[in-house]
Amino acid sequence: MTPVVSLRGAGLQFGQRALWKDLDVDLRAGEFLAVLGPNGSGKSSFLKVLLGLQRLHSGTATVGGRPVERGSRKIGYIPQQKSFAADTPLRARDLVALGVDGHRWGLRLNSRIVNERVDGLLDLVGARDYAKVPVGQLSGGEQQRLRVAQALATEPELLLCDEPLLSLDLNHQQAVSALINRQCRERNSAVVFVTHEINPVIEYVDRVLYLAGGRFRVGTPEEVMTTEVLSDLYNSHVEVIRANGRIVVVGLPDATTHYHDDAHSGVEEGH
Amino acid sequence: MDFGDILHTIFNFEDYGELLALVQNSIWAGAVLGLLGGLVGTFVMKRDLAFAVHGISELSFAGAAFALLVGADIIFGSLAGSVAAALLLGLMGVRARDKNSIIGVIMPFGLGLGILFLALYQGRAANKFGLLTGQIVSVDTVQLQMLAGTAVVVMIALAILWRPLNFASVDPEMAEARGVPVRGLAIAFMVLLGISVALSIQIVGALLVLALLITPAAAALRVTTSPRLVVLLSVLFATASTVGGILLALGSRIPISPYVTTLSFLIYVVCRIIGNVRTKRGINGRTGIPLQAAGRPAEDRAVAG
Ligand SMILES: Nc1ncnc2c1ncn2[C@@H]1O[C@H](COP(=O)(O)OP(=O)(O)O)[C@@H](O)[C@H]1O
Ligand SMILES: [Mg+2]
Repeated sequence: MTPVVSLRGAGLQFGQRALWKDLDVDLRAGEFLAVLGPNGSGKSSFLKVLLGLQRLHSGTATVGGRPVERGSRKIGYIPQQKSFAADTPLRARDLVALGVDGHRWGLRLNSRIVNERVDGLLDLVGARDYAKVPVGQLSGGEQQRLRVAQALATEPELLLCDEPLLSLDLNHQQAVSALINRQCRERNSAVVFVTHEINPVIEYVDRVLYLAGGRFRVGTPEEVMTTEVLSDLYNSHVEVIRANGRIVVVGLPDATTHYHDDAHSGVEEGH
Repeated sequence: MDFGDILHTIFNFEDYGELLALVQNSIWAGAVLGLLGGLVGTFVMKRDLAFAVHGISELSFAGAAFALLVGADIIFGSLAGSVAAALLLGLMGVRARDKNSIIGVIMPFGLGLGILFLALYQGRAANKFGLLTGQIVSVDTVQLQMLAGTAVVVMIALAILWRPLNFASVDPEMAEARGVPVRGLAIAFMVLLGISVALSIQIVGALLVLALLITPAAAALRVTTSPRLVVLLSVLFATASTVGGILLALGSRIPISPYVTTLSFLIYVVCRIIGNVRTKRGINGRTGIPLQAAGRPAEDRAVAG
């Protein structure tokens, strides 16, 4: 079976700075890939490559067996969260509808069909109660559920999620990652899940792509999330601790303050 | 002049029936512009282009003034000015902050040029004044046909671009990922906007186009976020302002624009009050369980499923 995503010798660089290179990854249908790494390591850019919005510097990338193309219906995308201004003229259901027919030319002539589709998607993510609320008045978690619904509108073979759990409380983190996992298991979509915290999705992750310092490592969480591998990637001693099925990384270099903070909060939760 | 005289100057309904027959063209022109302004205005609001409209109109004024000076067609001059300005802004890119400062630079330059051309112009003073404040009462059949024809072309183009333009306006990053030509649409819309501004200037004048292209859509957005209702109300408000303004202005010697702008301003104020009352009462369309308890059951549903 052809992999949903296939990268061969893929490299990306801006100016003189290589984000990553010689990257070989295959992703099968129904596989859940977590992409981890410090800020600026090229995680979002990795997704942009698959979306056809960013050209590779070297190597090739295919989606569904064909070279990446912009606007592919096979891909669902959840962008890095940017909340809407309070007066954005868009209701929850309109946001989801954009995913259904927003790209089509002309006026919407088949409102009934679109409405039914939107209702189905809203039900799927449990957002029916606020279907008519302006998006700017919804919480981050509610907005993120709508993003999931919007991304699922085309029944994608591949779901790309850019830090979908950022700034969500624990409840919503669990709900949103469970929704994405369900799409992965029940609909057999391949999922690429960019996150700087692996623990909320640890039970769903099949493989990890860890990007850091211009290099990368791919493998199961057991293979990648180890003291040896991460110390090697970061070029400094990093301690990986496993407790109660959770993974805590301690001693990350200063350049990655954000991650560092998170690791600490992880330690505290572990007590 | 006492107050009664002033009032009589502003509102004068003598021989109303006969006047009405004379200005039929103008009323139609007002209706066409209301329709166009209401439609285009919703996208102007969504794309946050209010300031750009102002900038475009100043250059359009300069173009019209130049045409007046050299004896060319005024509508053509104002079209050339506004489309040039709109293209310039459209090509210059997407960064709002940058755009605003560029508009701020262009605006006084255009206005200054326009004043220069008008100062050089030797013809009737009414022609000069009309460019700034509008002169709908003198629309002849040929002008009306040309106005309506152009407006129809703009509206057809808008209808074709409607969904992707909306997507690109409210959710640009996602639209781009979905393959919507965000940049091309931005430029295409600026051209449509430029044409709409040039047409509106014929009626309300360069200084007051905002009353046609911004105020009605802004008012509609205060009372609803339903996409359909926004468009409907925006068109309704704009048309009510133009046609209502013409009907009120009929008997007086005062230009049409103060009537139009006052009507559209009043509509805005009323909508704003309605919007504020609703916000205070917390009416936003949420159904089901009250806000505090809303999180939990939904959460369980999603996880259990
Ligand atoms: N189009 C671009 N041109 C130049 N540099 C870029 C571009 N896109 C991203 N970068 C740079 O690449 C690096 C990685 O960005 P990104 O993929 O967003 O990282 P991450 O999502 O892992 O935080 C950043 O340093 C960013 O400044
Ligand atoms: Mg990122």
